[in-house]
Amino acid sequence: MVEALLANARVVAALGARSIRQTFRRPQLAAPIVVFPSLLLAVQTGGAGRAVELPGFPEVAGFLDFMLAGAMIQSCLLAGNSGGIALALDLEQGFADRLFAAPVSRFAIVLGRLAGTAALGALSALYYVLIGLLFGVTFEEGLGGIALMVLWATLAAIAFGSLAAALALRTGTASVVQGMFPIIFVILFLSNAFFPAQLMLEPAATVAQYNPLSFVVDGIRDPVISAVSGEGAAKALLSIAGFAALGFCASALALRRRLRHG
Amino acid sequence: MMGALAADWPAIAALVRRAMNEILRVPGAAIPGVLAPTIFYCGLTAVFGNLTELRGFATDSYQSFVIPVSLLQGAGFTGAATGVNLARDIEQGWFDRLLASPVPRTVILAGMVLSAALRALLPATVLLLVAFAIGAHWPGLGGLALAVAGVMATATAAACWGCALALRFRTQSAAPLMQAGMFVLVLCTSSYAPLDLLTGWLHTAARINPVTQVLEMVRQGFVAGVTWDGTWPGLLTLAALVSVLGAFALRGMRRMAD
Repeated sequence: MVEALLANARVVAALGARSIRQTFRRPQLAAPIVVFPSLLLAVQTGGAGRAVELPGFPEVAGFLDFMLAGAMIQSCLLAGNSGGIALALDLEQGFADRLFAAPVSRFAIVLGRLAGTAALGALSALYYVLIGLLFGVTFEEGLGGIALMVLWATLAAIAFGSLAAALALRTGTASVVQGMFPIIFVILFLSNAFFPAQLMLEPAATVAQYNPLSFVVDGIRDPVISAVSGEGAAKALLSIAGFAALGFCASALALRRRLRHG
Repeated sequence: MMGALAADWPAIAALVRRAMNEILRVPGAAIPGVLAPTIFYCGLTAVFGNLTELRGFATDSYQSFVIPVSLLQGAGFTGAATGVNLARDIEQGWFDRLLASPVPRTVILAGMVLSAALRALLPATVLLLVAFAIGAHWPGLGGLALAVAGVMATATAAACWGCALALRFRTQSAAPLMQAGMFVLVLCTSSYAPLDLLTGWLHTAARINPVTQVLEMVRQGFVAGVTWDGTWPGLLTLAALVSVLGAFALRGMRRMAD
């Protein structure tokens, strides 16, 4: 039992490391995780920076303080999607079939991909913390708060990665997973990632208030602009758990279907 | 000159037709590029719509204000897609056959960028229909014509940029560079707010960035009226962009043939 677990852990670690290397080797996988969220962060901070003067905007030292969580969650979503694209490419090119034929747990293969996505989520969170520190963001909750932000981002990346993996396993086509790019932006725009929900226009404002992604964003944002609360943390954790449960169940079903029908 | 163009027209038309066929044959690949600008537009208006309450905002309709951003983004992405398609053709060897044909390099480039200019009308049409449906101002026929011209010329410039990069790197892996180039140029303008309301580095970047002139040219019909003073800097910028980027693409094509 222990031996089997260790063997699976080795598979997860090896495939996770491969996944990270693959992301940095292929610009089309790495760019969306870092380049696009950084560009949007820079442009939105400069373009909508005066929004902090609007009545009802939360008390923040600057718009970048507010936006940092949005960039992090965007990066996590895109890291998950990139992981799904890479898994679909493995399926298209036959590499996944060779893995499925190997004497290891099939789900460990998917977990390996998600381990890579988790590492990318953590790295991107640290990158945005660094950006924040460089450009004068004050982290109200200090180092503990930063650690919590990285934890939420890592868990969120796993959850979003599991959803993308499910789609990759179900369709086996990279272009379909890549086609989720606009949908990701719909989900992002309909959350409080870029603006306070109460200041958005209807019906987006109402949707954003109930969008589970908003709770994850709040969980990441609270340590920067205010204080961590038990209720906020619980909402973030439950939302991530919900996304993950959906993703893992869908992945398991898609994997079973793929192994049965090819 | 006209005689040469007439002689080359069938080749240009064939290349344009081939590019158009891709939309019909692989609609799944085209749909994200068509829908993305509209999704971005709807998202921006829903999220940042209340920015018009800031003092100094030129209009009370953010739907009208932000239309040119998505129009130019759609054009930019269409142009970049032309570069990605060329990189794919190079990878698969089809472009070598094209180079071996008795067709001038300028004609091959013209066929590719003209197809981009026409394809850019697809996301622009979808975007304009949605924008008018959710309350964007009607720009008048002159404003609309100017917007269409701006979209087509921007797509041409973006296609030249994409093709130049495809000919330089000869791989689809250069796709993010093709997309990010236009993405940056369009967003680093007065895209989110009027120039005077921009803060920090973006204020400086938008002042220097020539695409700001194109954006303001396309925007004027939607937020006020079309004037010659608001038009000529944009037209001049587009002419310069197409000339310079077209020259880069042509140089890449000649080097590839050598």
